[in-house]
Amino acid sequence: MINLLSYPFIQNAFLAGTCIAIVAAVTGYFLLLRGLTFAGHALPNIGFAGAAGAVLLGLDPLFGLLAFTIGAAVGIGLLGRNLRERDLAIGILMTFALALGLLFLSLYSGYAERVYSILFGTILGISRLDVLLSFGVSLLILISILLLFRPLLFSSYDPEVAEARGVPVRLLAVVFLVLVALTIAIAVQIVGALLVFTLLVGPAATAGRLALRPGAVILLAIALGLLYTWLGILLAVLSGTIPVSFFIAFLSFIVYLPARLIAPRWQRRPPQPGALPAAGAGLSQQASAR
Amino acid sequence: MSTQHDQRLAPPGAAPQASALRGPGQEAPPITEPVIELEGVSVCLGGRTILQEVTFTINPGEFIAVLGPNGAGKSTLLKVLLGLIRPSAGTVRIFGQAPRRGNRLIGYAPQHRTLEGALSLRARDLVGFGLDGHRWGPGWFVSGGRQRRAIIEEALAEVDALALADMPVAHLSGGEQQRLLIAQALLSQPRLLLLDEPLSNLDISHEQEIIALIARLCRTHGMTVLLVSHDVNPLLPVIDRVLYLARGHAAIGKPEQVITSATLSALYGAPVEVVEALGRLFVVGVDI
Repeated sequence: MINLLSYPFIQNAFLAGTCIAIVAAVTGYFLLLRGLTFAGHALPNIGFAGAAGAVLLGLDPLFGLLAFTIGAAVGIGLLGRNLRERDLAIGILMTFALALGLLFLSLYSGYAERVYSILFGTILGISRLDVLLSFGVSLLILISILLLFRPLLFSSYDPEVAEARGVPVRLLAVVFLVLVALTIAIAVQIVGALLVFTLLVGPAATAGRLALRPGAVILLAIALGLLYTWLGILLAVLSGTIPVSFFIAFLSFIVYLPARLIAPRWQRRPPQPGALPAAGAGLSQQASAR
Repeated sequence: MSTQHDQRLAPPGAAPQASALRGPGQEAPPITEPVIELEGVSVCLGGRTILQEVTFTINPGEFIAVLGPNGAGKSTLLKVLLGLIRPSAGTVRIFGQAPRRGNRLIGYAPQHRTLEGALSLRARDLVGFGLDGHRWGPGWFVSGGRQRRAIIEEALAEVDALALADMPVAHLSGGEQQRLLIAQALLSQPRLLLLDEPLSNLDISHEQEIIALIARLCRTHGMTVLLVSHDVNPLLPVIDRVLYLARGHAAIGKPEQVITSATLSALYGAPVEVVEALGRLFVVGVDI
């Protein structure tokens, strides 16, 4: 194992993976809070179309990825708060983008490996430059979220009151989605467009089930994201042929499942007074809490 | 549930607790000018006229019930006062100035709905938004300290919800969540409180608790309160005046002046009968 870590491409995968796991967990937390998980699923797919277009034009796929995800992020951010309307619009946009991606693929007669790596990610192809790029973009995203932290949290939970208190809710929605688009753009190179969603939503969803306050949820989500990514890369390298995204998605699922099924005691709703308490433990917990 | 709450709730008219809102030395100067002045205010949204030539004045310390059928523009009126909706005609003055977003003199609790992902949010976190949720930066470094904690706990005590401070918001009942939203609105030390349907989804005992709480804030802090409700009856003992909105028009005055068959028929533009039965007022003849 020590030998494996001495390979530069594995070091690169670990470094880039670390950056991506952290920012994906943080942006994923807000994505869940804001009810934007569907947008989190749609954006990488839209980005895939952009990347395919860039490949067709002979450009770096990253440019196409960035152009499409940021364009779509601004559009989704401006759609407003009506959840059903918004998700319908996102769905239409996503299928249109996928159709474009299909068109670009059918027009492209070159080496399919490049397109394949956009869809599923590649840990072997990460250069030192990619690592630096991931690091720089991650730093930008994290600093932005730190600066926006309180208004972003406030407007995620209660946009109406936040707006009345002078928070520029609309602008924040757009800026936040652009940050998500950037996160996706750098994450696609490791986990691929199809499974970016795993790193965005998996850690935050599990952490939200286990921790009680926003700061704790974010820290736990980061820890889980790092665990999935590091273990995933390690297992992918050891297995040789199975892609890292499989292991990350697999780990994310098997950790989420028990967290979901066996909600911890403090996350369960205490028995309502008036109703008969189910167990003595519940009663004492309630008495101490009040 | 009610017995537990009754023990926590101070009896109406009890001495106010030490308050985060008006500490000694920062006593607000008595305001004599009107808190809210509307003159010929019309609001059009999406081609539809919601309010038409509405004119009224509200004085400091008044407790006003805002009544009217669904779609009459009650919530819209609050949003105009908050500076979130610009009227298409007329002038609005709040404390003598044009409405603007982020006015710290106004505390606002919108119509309550389930808060998204509120499982991992404690009551104290929710209330804390009212203090510094609008400020940039992460906040851990600047205001995480004991002072912030004390201010939030004082606001929680003000609404008799101190015991709930560390509970996940999602575990609290409708009445308890409503208290938190009021505590949150109180944190900017407002002189005007706008409450949109704070009594909806509450059972009768919780309704009475919330009304007693708001009346206490109004009387002991001299706070002006506009409370949107679909039923005036539980509010009759505590309010000063009612503002009745219908068909874009408004009528304001003492309940016994406004909630009459004559006034409401003129407001609705259709025959309306106000019936008193079982010690309660009922408005019949229109779809309320």
